[in-house]
Amino acid sequence: MLYSEKVMEHFRNPRNVGQMENPDGIGHVGNPICGDIMELYIKVEDGKIVDARFQTFGCGAAIATSSMVTEMVKGKDIEEALRISNKAVAEALDGLPPVKMHCSVLAEQALKSAIEDYLKKSGRAKTKEETEVDDDG
Amino acid sequence: MRRVYLDNNATTPVHPLVLEAMIPFFKETFGNASSVHYFGQQAKKALEESREKVAAFIGAKAGEIVFTSGGTESDNLAIKGVAYANRAKGRHIITSSIEHHAVLNVCKQLEKKGFEVTYLPVNRYGEVSPESVEDAIRPDTILITVMHANNEVGTLQPIDAIGKIAKARQILFHTDAVQSVGKVPVNVDSFNVDLLSLSSHKIYGPKGVGALYVRRGTRILPLFQGGHHERRRRAGTENVPGVVGLGRACELAAENMDEEAGKLLALMDRLQSGLERKVEDVLLNGHPTKRLPNTLNMSFAGVEGESLLLNLDMEGIAVSTGSACTSGTLEPSHVLSAMGVDPQLAQGSLRFSLGRENTEEDIDYVLAVISDIVKRLRAISPFYKSSSSPS
Repeated sequence: MLYSEKVMEHFRNPRNVGQMENPDGIGHVGNPICGDIMELYIKVEDGKIVDARFQTFGCGAAIATSSMVTEMVKGKDIEEALRISNKAVAEALDGLPPVKMHCSVLAEQALKSAIEDYLKKSGRAKTKEETEVDDDG
Repeated sequence: MRRVYLDNNATTPVHPLVLEAMIPFFKETFGNASSVHYFGQQAKKALEESREKVAAFIGAKAGEIVFTSGGTESDNLAIKGVAYANRAKGRHIITSSIEHHAVLNVCKQLEKKGFEVTYLPVNRYGEVSPESVEDAIRPDTILITVMHANNEVGTLQPIDAIGKIAKARQILFHTDAVQSVGKVPVNVDSFNVDLLSLSSHKIYGPKGVGALYVRRGTRILPLFQGGHHERRRRAGTENVPGVVGLGRACELAAENMDEEAGKLLALMDRLQSGLERKVEDVLLNGHPTKRLPNTLNMSFAGVEGESLLLNLDMEGIAVSTGSACTSGTLEPSHVLSAMGVDPQLAQGSLRFSLGRENTEEDIDYVLAVISDIVKRLRAISPFYKSSSSPS
């Protein structure tokens, strides 16, 4: 089999599928030539990502990484979420074939892009403050 | 689980009668066809009988058939063999942009060795125009190589017309007929070809064996050096069981092709019309009629091919896709791109290639499961919200 059991499980039953009403941040990455497009939506309350959903046009790995990253991000605050790497997503899926690692990169980028969108919409000051607090601590 | 194999352009199962014909040549008739003794001569006899069968199937003479390890080697031998034998005459080769990689990558390799290659465009159906071939001919053109039927979309090329041009201009003409042999009539004289590649495992023969037709008087240089096998055109001890399998497969194809083609065409029509009826926004890739009777390539808007393929596989259905994701190159099918298919639709393409073992029940099973799969994937897809997304 090309994919791990975990990838196939997420591919078969992807979590958090679909658009979100009034998201606080939207990430849109990929291009149709290479084959994968991801849209990731987040809902943020008090600096915490309380919900995440996605829509993806892509292969098995693209759908599984989208599903996994939305699971991983829920309940995390913005700073923690920004630290989710593509490797962490791939590892959470028990690995990806080398030719499919770019799908995990796309998942990471989709998340980062959704967070950036949120930061832009909500005004950066507040989070910067939080960052400073974090750094001090 | 029910298993439906619709990937016969990738490979076919060995026909039971082919297998039966091969078995003695692994055991009692195991000799080296080059040996003078009884064992060798028995093998040699089988080899030459198979050569007759393959030749008869494509309207050639036995002496014009060179056995190879398969379609890829046949294409390499034809193109490199002609190019290097004629490099003093010229260095220009004409091919099409939708060839199999066994042709395209040989041409690319030759470009590095000082040859020049023209890659002809195709129309939206995947056809090369004979006029474009004529226009591409230069004084230093030494070879035209255009496939007979495309492996991905099944479109048949106007091979007779291209052959006539090549003959009139006295340029050698090769066709990769790996996908067409056994499915539609192939005749080296009516095609006016000088070289023709065919493969055994696409026609219910074993893997690892194929043939190259080389018209009498056509000079080619061998790919590798060794013994004097195959009239010095292909060194190496002959794969006698494989060749016997290929011979038998050609014989069976000759007997059954007309009936088989009719059956395949009816099944393919059932599949195509069923898909068009049951699934919204599907588009045919390839020529509506000038096409192999077993090959159906369809694009499913808003859905990516590999995820569709994986879902079908989970239901026991085997197909293939022109999506970038499966090729590992991050580029969609070069064939669909050359035909001008929208990249997103190319990513959402599936190839169904039918074979002799398929039944109406197989087709109905595919039709029964595919529309739910497409619906589910479209619900996940960011491209399909506008028309009929449920959410």
